[in-house]
Amino acid sequence: MTHSDTPVLELNGIKKTFMISQGLMKGTKPLYALNDISVQLNKGEVLGIVGESGCGKSTLAKILLGLMEPTSGEVLIDGQSLKGHKQLDISRRVQPIFQDPYSSLNPRKRIGDIISLPLRVHGIGDPAEHERKVIEILDLVGLPKRVLNNYPNQMSGGQRQRVAIARALIMKPEIVICDEPTSALDVSVQSQILNLLMDLKDELQLTYLFISHDLSVVEHLADRVIVMYLGRICEQAPPDRIFDEPRHPYTEALLGSVLTPEPGQGVPDTNLGASYPNPINPPSGCRFHPRCAKAMDICKSNAPMLQQINRSKVECHLYE
Amino acid sequence: MTNIVEVENLRVKIPVSAGMLNPVRGLTFEIKKGETLCVVGESGSGKSLSAFSLMKLLPKIADISADKMQFMGRDILKMSPSELQNMRGNRMAMIFQEPMTALNPSYTIGNQLVEVLRRHQNVSVKEATERAIYLLEKVGITAAASRLSQYPHQLSGGLRQRVVIAMALMCGPDLIIADEPTTALDVTIQAQILHLLKELQEEFEMAILLITHDLGVVARMADRVAVMYAGEFVETGTAEQVFKQPVHPYTQGLLSCIPVPGKTARGSRLGSIPGIVPSLIGDMRGCAFRSRCPHANGACHNNVPLEKWSDDHFKRCVLDDTALTSIAKEAIA
Ligand SMILES: Nc1ncnc2c1ncn2[C@@H]1O[C@H](COP(=O)(O)OP(=O)(O)OP(=O)(O)O)[C@@H](O)[C@H]1O
Ligand SMILES: Nc1ncnc2c1ncn2[C@@H]1O[C@H](COP(=O)(O)OP(=O)(O)OP(=O)(O)O)[C@@H](O)[C@H]1O
Ligand code: SF4
Ligand SMILES: [Mg+2]
Ligand SMILES: [Mg+2]
Repeated sequence: MTHSDTPVLELNGIKKTFMISQGLMKGTKPLYALNDISVQLNKGEVLGIVGESGCGKSTLAKILLGLMEPTSGEVLIDGQSLKGHKQLDISRRVQPIFQDPYSSLNPRKRIGDIISLPLRVHGIGDPAEHERKVIEILDLVGLPKRVLNNYPNQMSGGQRQRVAIARALIMKPEIVICDEPTSALDVSVQSQILNLLMDLKDELQLTYLFISHDLSVVEHLADRVIVMYLGRICEQAPPDRIFDEPRHPYTEALLGSVLTPEPGQGVPDTNLGASYPNPINPPSGCRFHPRCAKAMDICKSNAPMLQQINRSKVECHLYE
Repeated sequence: MTNIVEVENLRVKIPVSAGMLNPVRGLTFEIKKGETLCVVGESGSGKSLSAFSLMKLLPKIADISADKMQFMGRDILKMSPSELQNMRGNRMAMIFQEPMTALNPSYTIGNQLVEVLRRHQNVSVKEATERAIYLLEKVGITAAASRLSQYPHQLSGGLRQRVVIAMALMCGPDLIIADEPTTALDVTIQAQILHLLKELQEEFEMAILLITHDLGVVARMADRVAVMYAGEFVETGTAEQVFKQPVHPYTQGLLSCIPVPGKTARGSRLGSIPGIVPSLIGDMRGCAFRSRCPHANGACHNNVPLEKWSDDHFKRCVLDDTALTSIAKEAIA
């Protein structure tokens, strides 16, 4: 049974730990890629995720897709455990667009076959219908019909990324997990794809998880934004709150590092220092404290608790 | 200042089933010591293939020709395989668009970093390891020593990208070709890596050929900008000229596609350039942008040379000065 305000996808208290080898004969140590993460994805919304490179965004995406088992915590689809569902059923409803189109496209298959694969796997339609659908979707992502017989290595980076997008969208899934879907594209193709994603959202009531390093794109598209740092969510709010009134010092640092296309402005100083976090040996207290310009004594020893301020949720001692 | 790279009329042809593909159609450019040239442009316009041409790393079936293609005064097209080996990764290093093309999945990143330096320079494993750790920390990877024993698939996309950047810097190259070096990184790390590149550039007068779709990066890094469309440069100039007085209709279209917070309403449709790039198969005549250009006229069917517009500012467009001035004014408004 589903209820209209049950999230379509939900992560509850997810932890993911990787065991990392420390070199020959030195044993392994745990790397906490996700440390107690809860996320709800509501029907028809665009949830943007931004954050430090390596903070666990792709890991989170893989767990949502059922492609990776969490170490602990539960994943719910329409309020029911993902565990009871077959991977094939999940993939019919939830489709990924991955970060690295190079490794996600089979180099020995032609583009036409790559894009139609989901239809064949799910036994939808006949070959004639496959061809019609492939051509239709190619057109939507701005690729000419002539690429159908190409192999992935005959295409540019951005062309490959559009193939990955076409493959994900041909199934008309309900939920699309986008991991950096447009970073390989020039801005004119990017805006074409983003417009397409938004049109499909309105037409088919699609739900998106949208992971991106491009803050202006996230600001433009997202209904809600999550900022992650080292395996935790440090701030969560609607885009107008995040972008107009960032609360968490890391969010502030992120926004301060955005490069607008203004020549002569140079590259801003991030004011973050070079003490990058080590996920194998994370800092005590607030995980951001060694780099935080506003850190206080308490930040070194105690982990901050989640605070709700107006429409923002923040994990930072400044607001306690 | 000395030119590190001099290229005249670079062309790449690739035979494909439908005929002869012409992805790079006569590029002329130079890069001076300590200078940054940024190439931006349509996806599929030939940016990566041009970069591969400089390294002579094109697919075997590709035919490459140029009236001149020199690296530090030496003809790249005439280099022997061993001279090329010696140049690549050493004097001229590349950061690839897709990090997995540069990384071998079956070796640890430590092995791979040490190997690049030892292949070209007479240093001990210990010295090479120290340099690897130093550079990994510079690109923002902590506990670098413990990362050395990891395999590429155990790293996040951005970590892999930073390993590749460190690898390209191992030998202290004279020219670094960076194809989308920071798109996989968050903006704080991006800023830090760009600072690092600028630092190395100042210290060692390293030249940079930077290919990126990120117009913010271009604006902040470029000494000169080349805008590429369908295998040709359609506009070249300083960052100031190209961003503040774009003259070519393609450049203007491109600049209008960026969502600008505060200007573009949230959730509204973004500006885009209608239409798609022409096929690059077979002979082409005329301006390649004409089918998508709002200002195209009959003259656009003739071949268009890259012409001087002002000082260092060049454009490939038939429109006369008055027409271009007025559309340029419209574009910035
Ligand atoms: N298979 C794996 N084995 C070991 N460690 C892993 C594995 N996959 C990911 N990690 C580690 O988990 C952390 C989170 O990785 P993840 O790919 O989720 O980051 P991300 O937020 O997507 O980063 P990016 O923005 O760089 O893509 C990183 O420290 C990464 O090295
Ligand atoms: N090995 C190949 N065989 C056939 N065509 C190729 C091959 N490699 C590239 N191409 C084609 O050549 C053109 C230029 O490719 P290139 O990779 O240089 O583009 P790009 O400007 O780097 O694009 P992007 O911004 O998407 O990375 C593209 O249309 C591509 O499809
Ligand atoms: S809790 Fe302290 S260290 Fe952490 S972000 Fe807030 S002020 Fe900075
Ligand atoms: Mg990732
Ligand atoms: Mg490319």
